[in-house]
Amino acid sequence: MSIRSNDTVYAYRRENNRVGVRNYVIILPVDDISNAACESVANNVKGTLALPHAYGRLQFGEDLELHFRTMIGTGANPNVAAVIVIGIEPGWTNKIAEGIRQTGKPVAEFSIEQNGDFETIRAASWAAKDFVHRTTEYQREECFIRDLWISTKCGESDTTTGLGSCPTVGNMYDKLLPEGITGFFGETSEITGAEHICQKRAVNEEVGRRWYDMWKAYQDEVIFAHQTDDLSDSQPTKGNIEGGLTTIEEKALGNLEKIGRTSTYVDVLDPAESPKSGAGLYFMDSSSAAAECVTLMAAGGAVIHTFPTGQGNVVGNPIVPVIKISANPRTIRTMGEHIDVDVSGVLRREQTIDEAGDALIEMIRRTANGRNTAAEALGHREFSMTKLYRSA
Amino acid sequence: MTKSVSAEIPHLLVHQKVDNVGVVVVEGLTVDTDMLCCVTHDNSTFRLVAGADVPIGHKIALKDLNAGDTAIKYGEDIGRMVSDVPKGGHVHTHNCKTKRW
Repeated sequence: MSIRSNDTVYAYRRENNRVGVRNYVIILPVDDISNAACESVANNVKGTLALPHAYGRLQFGEDLELHFRTMIGTGANPNVAAVIVIGIEPGWTNKIAEGIRQTGKPVAEFSIEQNGDFETIRAASWAAKDFVHRTTEYQREECFIRDLWISTKCGESDTTTGLGSCPTVGNMYDKLLPEGITGFFGETSEITGAEHICQKRAVNEEVGRRWYDMWKAYQDEVIFAHQTDDLSDSQPTKGNIEGGLTTIEEKALGNLEKIGRTSTYVDVLDPAESPKSGAGLYFMDSSSAAAECVTLMAAGGAVIHTFPTGQGNVVGNPIVPVIKISANPRTIRTMGEHIDVDVSGVLRREQTIDEAGDALIEMIRRTANGRNTAAEALGHREFSMTKLYRSA
Repeated sequence: MTKSVSAEIPHLLVHQKVDNVGVVVVEGLTVDTDMLCCVTHDNSTFRLVAGADVPIGHKIALKDLNAGDTAIKYGEDIGRMVSDVPKGGHVHTHNCKTKRW
């Protein structure tokens, strides 16, 4: 099987010309204390999805900017057809609603002060019901594979991820990036030990230098500033160690297999930042924790996530289908319900990385066309905001 | 994807020729198993006797390693040995540590 630029999928073309593969009406809380109202609206109106989270009050500076970027990016994601924004007060609620409105999609905003939960829920439920009627009439249309924005991040890695599932993702990027897709990789801490290789995979020296400065800042300002030991059990995790990974260097070298043999990245993104330099591969400065990283990449605009796992991370995302790939035969045997693409044949030398990459591309195509992933079928909707420091 | 009973699948995969550790890729590997080992970079094979029961995913030394040696995998430095391990022995957190944090 080979991929050509004019290969198509059936997906949703949005008002801003971006292509989505799902069609959600989301009920987005601006802050933690608006979660209850959002969940009530989602309970009243079937076909909507509330995205409760833990933050949004008294944040400031860069941390507040990240909060707004994540909220606006989530609403703006092309997998989302329409958005109800609910916050405790109208100011930040309006800022987020206006940010999402730039896409041209339907957005309605509500604030709780001087209305109470009851009146807010009543008004927002009417708006949500209207959005459900409108968006359920949207039709999938033929779109190019190159219109897809595809992210990657691995989790509960072990030594089989570096041998099988991560090179599978790398092979997919080596084939699809030249066709014009937009890609994301990241996990800043988890490049430690492979930073000399990652820096050289930048499209030019200037981008590589910016990447290195970003990576070094995390080492200095976060790890060296806060560590109490060698991070063993945290990075690598206890699960990684159970799976045979011994050091961060070993984990990082396996991780970086996800960008293949020939792919280069064109720019470095802040957490939850959307690419602005056109098609190509981007490094997003991000946590290596699964739910946080997928949430940030979804806010950056990714519509499909490819997730290699060794020991069996079960993560999903509320708005982005997460495709799980594993090469570990024990995980396939004991946790098969979580795995979409079984590449354990690579370990038995029955399947080449080239064949595994093709199998993943086929699963991406089917997922874009509407196939629910294992994480979707099992209801994994982890929405985890990244927080940079304590609130005021 | 089913294999005939006679076909032998590798017990151990090694990324690069220069590596001094390889990865067990079968479940239930026991001490004294005469392992088929495959270097994924060029598909070359060799044999090595397992010196311990080693779980799937864990590493085995391809040569005698001494405390202070660098463990090499992917052709790269993955950490330093903090105690000696004989060829065929289990390499993990009890005898290999990060050089970074």
